[in-house]
Amino acid sequence: MGWSVKHKLGLVAVAVALIALPFVLAMAGTAWVRITNFAVLFILLSLGLNIVVGFAGLLDLGYVAFFAVGAYVYALLASPHFGLHLPFWVILPIGALVAGLAGAVLGAPTLRLRGDYLAIVTLGFGEIVRIFMNNLSAPLNITNGPKGINLIDPFRIGDFSFATTAGALSGPIKYYYFLLIVLLAVIVINRRLQDSRIGRAWVAIREDEVAAKAAGIDTRNIKLLAFAMGASFGGIAGGMFAAIQGFVSPESFILNESIMILAMVVLGGMGNIWGVIAGALLLSFMPELLRYTVEPAQKALFGRMLVDPEVLRMLIFGFALVLTMRFRPAGLWPETRHRRELDADRK
Amino acid sequence: MARALIEVLNLEVHYGGIAAVKGVSFAVEEGEMVCLIGANGAGKTSTLKALARLLPSRGEVHYGAERIDATPPHELIPRGLALVPEGRGIFARLTVAENLAMGAYHRSDKAGIAADLKRIHGLLPRLRERSAQVAGTLSGGEQQMLAIGRALMGRPKLLLLDEPSMGLAPLMVEKVFEVIRTVAAEGMTVLLVEQNAKLALELCARGYVMESGAITVADTSTNLLADPRVRAAYLGE
Repeated sequence: MGWSVKHKLGLVAVAVALIALPFVLAMAGTAWVRITNFAVLFILLSLGLNIVVGFAGLLDLGYVAFFAVGAYVYALLASPHFGLHLPFWVILPIGALVAGLAGAVLGAPTLRLRGDYLAIVTLGFGEIVRIFMNNLSAPLNITNGPKGINLIDPFRIGDFSFATTAGALSGPIKYYYFLLIVLLAVIVINRRLQDSRIGRAWVAIREDEVAAKAAGIDTRNIKLLAFAMGASFGGIAGGMFAAIQGFVSPESFILNESIMILAMVVLGGMGNIWGVIAGALLLSFMPELLRYTVEPAQKALFGRMLVDPEVLRMLIFGFALVLTMRFRPAGLWPETRHRRELDADRK
Repeated sequence: MARALIEVLNLEVHYGGIAAVKGVSFAVEEGEMVCLIGANGAGKTSTLKALARLLPSRGEVHYGAERIDATPPHELIPRGLALVPEGRGIFARLTVAENLAMGAYHRSDKAGIAADLKRIHGLLPRLRERSAQVAGTLSGGEQQMLAIGRALMGRPKLLLLDEPSMGLAPLMVEKVFEVIRTVAAEGMTVLLVEQNAKLALELCARGYVMESGAITVADTSTNLLADPRVRAAYLGE
């Protein structure tokens, strides 16, 4: 590839920064490494949802269901619940596969639906999955119901465990590097997909389904593929989530999470991988930053706490979202075509 | 006599309980240019969409030696059956070049695609000038040209055209029809659906008249243009 020296240097700088990042964060407290890890998980989820919503234009309000499927697959296959302790490199692909199948199962009956109608069905699907997790404890105890599954195995390679601290390498830092590698792989896959025939077919379906059919695109399979691929990314993220947390319960997979992931995709810029990453980072970090700043700021300004930080936090968060959508309606970093649409609407 | 490229037997299309097409039969021979005229709501568009398998239907559709009434649309386009949908159906937010590329979606012969693109640019020079422009910002006539160009990118044998004159200024209609004439002169088989009966009959050799879901008259264009019933109902005389 014809990359200039400047490009290469920039790339090296970014790589060094990403490698050094957890150690810098650890100085502020391990909590910040954990927060970063969750932010990366949310980037993965947003990139997965971006395939469905951004590339193929199918509004999915139940995306967290695939995250749940991946998490539960990991939890069930690597915990004392069934006494199974499979290694993570076996479970993560299984989780991706099961979540992908779940995606196809959701996709199949909704092929004729679009927009609001599709959103309602996917919303229902997300809730169904959560309620299943909540109730599959009797007569046969599969998911352990609302109590969730505990003591989930961390990632382990031989004697090397991701959960324990070894010197300067704390558990969260090890997971950080693992997540970073997965994220890189997912970004590369996404870029490839976008430029592929499948990617072009998704765009065509998003733009005009009848025209896409008239252009010879097998819209049924291509849409199913979008659901399945998006879901499998969610499944991988879910598996890693279960291992990092060591605990899963249906509570983690509420509708709110689906909406949050969708907000990341929309705020960042539907269809544009870098925009979606920016959106996920922003929405993951902003609440945490506010958590640590709202209280001291009030004390400094008024000498005492006037408003409960939790309330104010969500207020500021919501306000920031509204402002962004008002002034950058296509997202912070939109895909060219979405920008075109909004420009055309304004004329 | 040339063999029929497409032959339709007792085609029926229903929307819910309502029959839009009530058992029509017709055929178009290879290299022929045939039109289907009729008033708004006569079932012309439904017929065409059923041929392209964009609508479920009953009855038989034969394409060449094959029966295609159960074949999905994405398998028909590689076999040379292309529909230019009513209202143009272009990808409004993609560029002209991207739209044309989408027409060759099923093809992988890069050299052939490049050659066809060149040919289409020659036929429709506006599309070359506007290559990088977003299709939705083209004029109506240019959008219709683009829709035809996109269909041609698939190298079809049979071109189904749905109301290409719809919503266009008279001057533009003339230009669009000129393009259709050129394409047909190169040997393309064309089935044209039009409300503008006079234009369609002047362009095509034969025509079918459709009324409330059925074909009522079938004849050569010359005879149809002279037919008092057709003149009264569709030519405004």
